[in-house]
Amino acid sequence: MNFSEVFKQSNQLCKVSPDGKYLATCVQYRLVIRDVNTLQILNLYTCLDQISHMEWSSDSLFILCAMYKRALVQVWSLEQPDWHCKIDEGSIGLVSSRWSPDGRHILNTTEFHLRITVWSLCTKAVSYIKYPKACQKGLDFSRDGCYMALAERRDCKDYVSIFVCDDWHLLRHFETETQDLSGLEWSPNGCVLAVWESCLEYKMSLYSLDGRLLSTYSAYEWSLGIKSVSWSPSSQFLAIGSFDEKVRILNHITWKKIAQFEHPAIIDNTKATVYKEIEKRPAVSSDEMSLHDITVASSLFSTQSKYDISPLPVQIPVVKPDPDRANPKIGVSALAFSSDSRYIATKNDNMATAVWVWDMQKLRLEAVLEQTSTIRCFQWDPRRPRLALCTGNSKLYLWSPGGCVSVQVPAEGGFQVHSLNWHCSGDSLILIGKDQLCLCYMDADQNNE
Amino acid sequence: MSPSRHNNLMSAYSLPSSKSSYSVISAFCTEDNIPQCISYINQELGSLGLAAHIQADPPGRASLNAAPALNAMYELLQIHRRSMNNVEELEKEQLKKTSTLEHMQTSNSRLKDQLELSIREKSGLHETERQLQLKLKTLQSCLKTEKDEVQKLQSIIASRASQYSHDAKRKEREAAKLKERLSQLLVDRKDKKLAIEMLNSVGRSDGKRSHWKTAKATASREAEMYKSLLSDYEASQRALMLENAELQKVLQQMKKEMMHILSPCPPLNRGGSAEESQELGDSDREERSAETSRETLDQSCEHAREQLTNSIRQQWRKLRNHVQKLDNQASLVQNQPPSNAEVIPLETHEHEVERMRLEVQQCKEFIHAQQQLLQQQLNTSFDDETAALLNGCYTLEEKERLKEEWRLFDEQKRNFEKERKNFTEAAIRLGREKRAFEEDRAAWLKHQFLSMTPFADRMRSSSSDGQSALSVKSEPEIRTSSSKAPPVKSSAYTTFSTPKSSKSAAVPSTIDVCRTLRLIPDYSSSRHSNQRRWQESSATEDEESWLKSKSKVCSSDLSIFSLDEDKNPLT
Repeated sequence: MNFSEVFKQSNQLCKVSPDGKYLATCVQYRLVIRDVNTLQILNLYTCLDQISHMEWSSDSLFILCAMYKRALVQVWSLEQPDWHCKIDEGSIGLVSSRWSPDGRHILNTTEFHLRITVWSLCTKAVSYIKYPKACQKGLDFSRDGCYMALAERRDCKDYVSIFVCDDWHLLRHFETETQDLSGLEWSPNGCVLAVWESCLEYKMSLYSLDGRLLSTYSAYEWSLGIKSVSWSPSSQFLAIGSFDEKVRILNHITWKKIAQFEHPAIIDNTKATVYKEIEKRPAVSSDEMSLHDITVASSLFSTQSKYDISPLPVQIPVVKPDPDRANPKIGVSALAFSSDSRYIATKNDNMATAVWVWDMQKLRLEAVLEQTSTIRCFQWDPRRPRLALCTGNSKLYLWSPGGCVSVQVPAEGGFQVHSLNWHCSGDSLILIGKDQLCLCYMDADQNNE
Repeated sequence: MSPSRHNNLMSAYSLPSSKSSYSVISAFCTEDNIPQCISYINQELGSLGLAAHIQADPPGRASLNAAPALNAMYELLQIHRRSMNNVEELEKEQLKKTSTLEHMQTSNSRLKDQLELSIREKSGLHETERQLQLKLKTLQSCLKTEKDEVQKLQSIIASRASQYSHDAKRKEREAAKLKERLSQLLVDRKDKKLAIEMLNSVGRSDGKRSHWKTAKATASREAEMYKSLLSDYEASQRALMLENAELQKVLQQMKKEMMHILSPCPPLNRGGSAEESQELGDSDREERSAETSRETLDQSCEHAREQLTNSIRQQWRKLRNHVQKLDNQASLVQNQPPSNAEVIPLETHEHEVERMRLEVQQCKEFIHAQQQLLQQQLNTSFDDETAALLNGCYTLEEKERLKEEWRLFDEQKRNFEKERKNFTEAAIRLGREKRAFEEDRAAWLKHQFLSMTPFADRMRSSSSDGQSALSVKSEPEIRTSSSKAPPVKSSAYTTFSTPKSSKSAAVPSTIDVCRTLRLIPDYSSSRHSNQRRWQESSATEDEESWLKSKSKVCSSDLSIFSLDEDKNPLT
């Protein structure tokens, strides 16, 4: 495992191009394009204001830089560095900006979600979509890029509009069964749209591409409901994480629950392995701290850690959330399927130091990783069943069915890993800190403990 | 005499012991009052119901008529015996009755105690039951209150939820209005144009030109959407069909196997299961016939599927019952081994097993023995060619070795002869010298004797010098001869070192020389044999790569040489 040197970035905006060749980072108001392997700067663009959002187009030819404060969007071309494009939304403001799947249209959401403006880079044409819903996830593109589903709210009722991304033609417009739609997501095969309610009610509705209601699923009443949703890459399963600390798996044939994964505080009677991160502090001679020692403080205070397999029964530390506050820190807030749909990783918010990995073939718990601090981010390798996670310290943790390992990110001055992104080939990881980033290149062989 | 007086007398002497003395009887009846006594006795007999026939005989005299008296006595004795028996019986009965009475009393008291105890227990249990009832009542009331509370809370939640949704809707409408107003204001404002500035238009990602929006285009979009949906459905349906076919196959296989297990009735099956197997056989035959006809039909037909699942269920039930029956039978056999004669009892089974094990053991041993014998045979009997060859090789090797050894032996013999010659020469010389010395001595003594002069000292010293010169001379010779022998035996050295000491020791030195001379051949022979042994050992080391028979030959050689060594007292 090799680590690159640390580069500056701002706003955690570091993205690898979809073809995997380039790495784009934003430093204040500059956009820096590097080659992924050599990390040489290939291009440097300057925007008019601090960049709030940056996105690659799907063909890796253009990059969008949005500046929300100025309601500006600038588009840069990789092939022609001289080419420039600026979109000014004016006083209507800008809240979010994104590419369309064909890489030639930009969708800007105005302030207060008044409307969505669709700018075409081919024809300079503009179209408007009215009444978009301001919710957690109101807009989703299907994976093949053909269709876009948009949640709308008119007259206190929820609707879903399905557009054809080619020409922005409205294919279907139907009312949903929800009281307050919170999010929608296409299945990876693009035939089913999952629509779920806000957390006040547990209700998941499934609509087919042509707008028919296929099924609804409600696990219980009254308590807080759905917190997170994830489709398996094979479209066979829909995982729903809820506030009752359980994950329910629906199957695509009957849309009924086939499995329920629970997150108990005491793990017992299971064949899973529980990995516990143990920190080994190096011995510090407290009295004789010479100047040399203090200057080398970073390496002195950086603690080594390793994983130990804990024997069952194991108690996971639980933090009880404040019952008076809204959006309590309880329930399954993060779900991720591995690329082969074999595993699913979950995080329960009141056991925020543990990641649970479940085996979908056997429908049982496979492993639990207990860390020393709260888990910030985890992501599966896009090619193989390997999970990378970070907890905000200077270490990178990797789990695979063979075992797990903790790697210290070698960087002077202490590099805290806040989030991470896999390269699309699965050969490298981008580790993003507060205002730094570092690349980690994996070896060809698997990392095992 | 009056009967009262008789009674008094009787009471006074009313200790009817068996040894009633003659004096007691004589007190009642004396010579004077015989008739009165007779009459009295007759009276008594009459009162007892016996024949009162005692008479004096002859009357008025003191003698009695013997026969009636004896009869009366005999009857009295009978009566007495009977009454004694009665008394005994009555005593026995009384004892029995007292014991039963005691027993009854004790059991009575015990039962009374038990009764008390159980009454106390009953009251205790009543008490606990009452308490539990109370507890149950309180819990039930608690449960009811909780249920009521839950319902109340649920209704509260429902009402609050409706209230909130109403409020939210109201606020949402307000917000929508505000948004409308805001968008109007913002959109209508022309001061800041929203615009897009581009250096030049970018081509479409797929390189084609854009199309007009026509009805045909919309229709084609719809068609595309439906096509994609349909293809997805078809794919899933195909997958499901495959899965279905596989599962059906598995079910069919299971059914076949179950039928196979159940229908060919195993011989250990007995009793009631015989009819069952008969039934099974019938049903299976029916099943089979039905199956063959059904196989031609489409398996996906609902009816066929139902039939299949039903038949599977049936077969499974039969199998389960069968297994249960077997389990029961096995448990029965375990509990009562000899009862069921048809069951192979456990003991005979075990006997059989033991017997078979022994047989196996014996066979194994037999095989072992055979193997060993065969091995031996193989070792000794090669086929002629190789045997001859090998033998030839062995003999050749042996011949070589022997030649070598003979050579060495000859060499040593020659050396030995040389030494012996030397020794004999030395011995001869020594003998001559000895003779000379003796002569000298004799001469000297003569001389001494003849001339007892004060010059005797001078003479002695000169002769002693000569003596020492002799010994000195002989020493180095002997020493050199001894040095030729290899320095293994230290005794040889010691024998040679002694001649230094004194003239008296010179005599033993010759003896020693002779001994050593005798020894040396033995010694040299032992040396020879040692050498041979060394050679042998080296040879055997070389020969270890050869077959066993060779080593046997070598060992036989060794044995030949060891025989020689045995003669040697030193080794």
